[in-house]
Amino acid sequence: MTTPVLRVRNVRKNFGDHAALDDVSLDVHEGEVVVIIGPSGSGKSTLVRCVHQLESIDGGAIYLDDELLGYERRGAGLRPLTARRVAAQRRRMSMVFQQFNLLPHMTVLRNVTEAPVRVHRRDRTEARTEALELLDQVGLRDRADHYPRQLSGGQQQRVAIARAVATHPRITLFDEPTSALDPELVGEVLGVMRQLAEDGMTMIVVTHEMAFARDVADRCVFMEAGRIVESGPPAEMFGNPQTPRLRAFLARHNATMEGVS
Amino acid sequence: MTTPTAAPADDVATARRRVRPWRWAAGIVLAVVVAQIAWFLIGNSRFQWDVVGGYLFDSSVLAGLGTTVLLAVVAMAIGSLVGGLLAAAQLSDFAPLRWAATAYIGVFRGIPPLVQLIFWFNLAYLLPRLSIGIPFGPVFASWDANVVITPLTAAIIGLSLVESAYLAEIIRAGLLSVDSGQRDAARAMGLTPGQTFVRVVLPQAMRTILPPAGSQFISVLKGTALVSVIAMADLLHSVQVIYNRTYQIVPMLIVACLWYLAVVTVLTIGQRRLERHFSRGHGGRA
Repeated sequence: MTTPVLRVRNVRKNFGDHAALDDVSLDVHEGEVVVIIGPSGSGKSTLVRCVHQLESIDGGAIYLDDELLGYERRGAGLRPLTARRVAAQRRRMSMVFQQFNLLPHMTVLRNVTEAPVRVHRRDRTEARTEALELLDQVGLRDRADHYPRQLSGGQQQRVAIARAVATHPRITLFDEPTSALDPELVGEVLGVMRQLAEDGMTMIVVTHEMAFARDVADRCVFMEAGRIVESGPPAEMFGNPQTPRLRAFLARHNATMEGVS
Repeated sequence: MTTPTAAPADDVATARRRVRPWRWAAGIVLAVVVAQIAWFLIGNSRFQWDVVGGYLFDSSVLAGLGTTVLLAVVAMAIGSLVGGLLAAAQLSDFAPLRWAATAYIGVFRGIPPLVQLIFWFNLAYLLPRLSIGIPFGPVFASWDANVVITPLTAAIIGLSLVESAYLAEIIRAGLLSVDSGQRDAARAMGLTPGQTFVRVVLPQAMRTILPPAGSQFISVLKGTALVSVIAMADLLHSVQVIYNRTYQIVPMLIVACLWYLAVVTVLTIGQRRLERHFSRGHGGRA
């Protein structure tokens, strides 16, 4: 078996006295789609934010392609990297946020080309051509010259996905990408993500969309109280949950879904 | 289904405009006030408009105007630079930097600018020699403070210190107004801290910074009038020199007022333009 793209090893993260992540370990292989589910406050978002080094970790280690993230070995011990070198490591990953976080003062096209041009020093016209292709793929080529605020939430999130993949990341992290959307806009975003998964993108997706987890995930991870409680192929997780906690979570979830319909 | 009774069809488009008596009253009062002011300005011969016209483009007045604008621009430039650094220090997670910035702002915002100007002008009393060297160590170069501290340097130092303290607060508020998700997004895109600041945080902070910073520019421009007390040849000082000779106090003050108003008007127009530039992507549809 090849080495994983991402290795999370015994990671701990505390917010004050509260353990947001408690001894979390996870491998993600090339082309794999890992979907993380679990109740609110279980540490799912914290985990992907720690992977992308938007939060520091208090213990354990995270490796991207066997490179330790955020620290370097100096003599016998580890030393934190400078912000510039952390930025260099982040360039090989991308993230899609719950609140989209498009840059409001730049057009849609500039949002997509900004990182390739400024960070990856790609040729401007080449980056532009590729950005327009990506916008075409997410169905928004005709909105290239609009500003983010002129788009609906679903459109903004599709732009954010185009922005994330424009840098050819080794892995793309999705932090509840549909949670801030009106229900009728969720489908268009999930559709784009489904397409990326089929194209072989390596992804971690934090979501409450159980149908997406069941259909698209290669592997599903259930977190609760900062720990990974259960993980495995989605068919087994949803069909035959092993732990009482996952059973309870799925039962609660089904109940609310029925309540909605 | 029954047809509605044959009442006349209502259509609000046919409604007549409402009569608003209070607006009429306010309009008449305003018209009377404007007429009175105009009559006062034109009819009162003591304004001596011919003298105003004669001195408006006088070379010493224009030189004073130049000094005033130069002082305001330099104070604003130095003040923005130092104010930016102070704002960064205040937002630092290194506590001593925060304390230092807070103390600086407290002192230079707390003492009246007039007092500071006189103080800096008299710096030579406190420090007869100004020198560059290693603290408590050897001195590389030194100058006589009486030579270095001219009215110009005292004015620049005094106005810049006051400006930097005010602008620090304005810039800090601007930086805090940028949503934290924007910093997350910039970092997630792999931008360095410097790029994050220049390309993402600052352009968005400018929307919040510009309106109060524009007012601040206007108030420093007017504040330069204070430097006339340390014999700096600014706009006010240049008209004072003339009326001390001719005793035409009111017309000469009118000359100064007209120039202050002209420059402030130009600044206000420039500010509006800048505000429009930095509000790209906000507000109405493009």
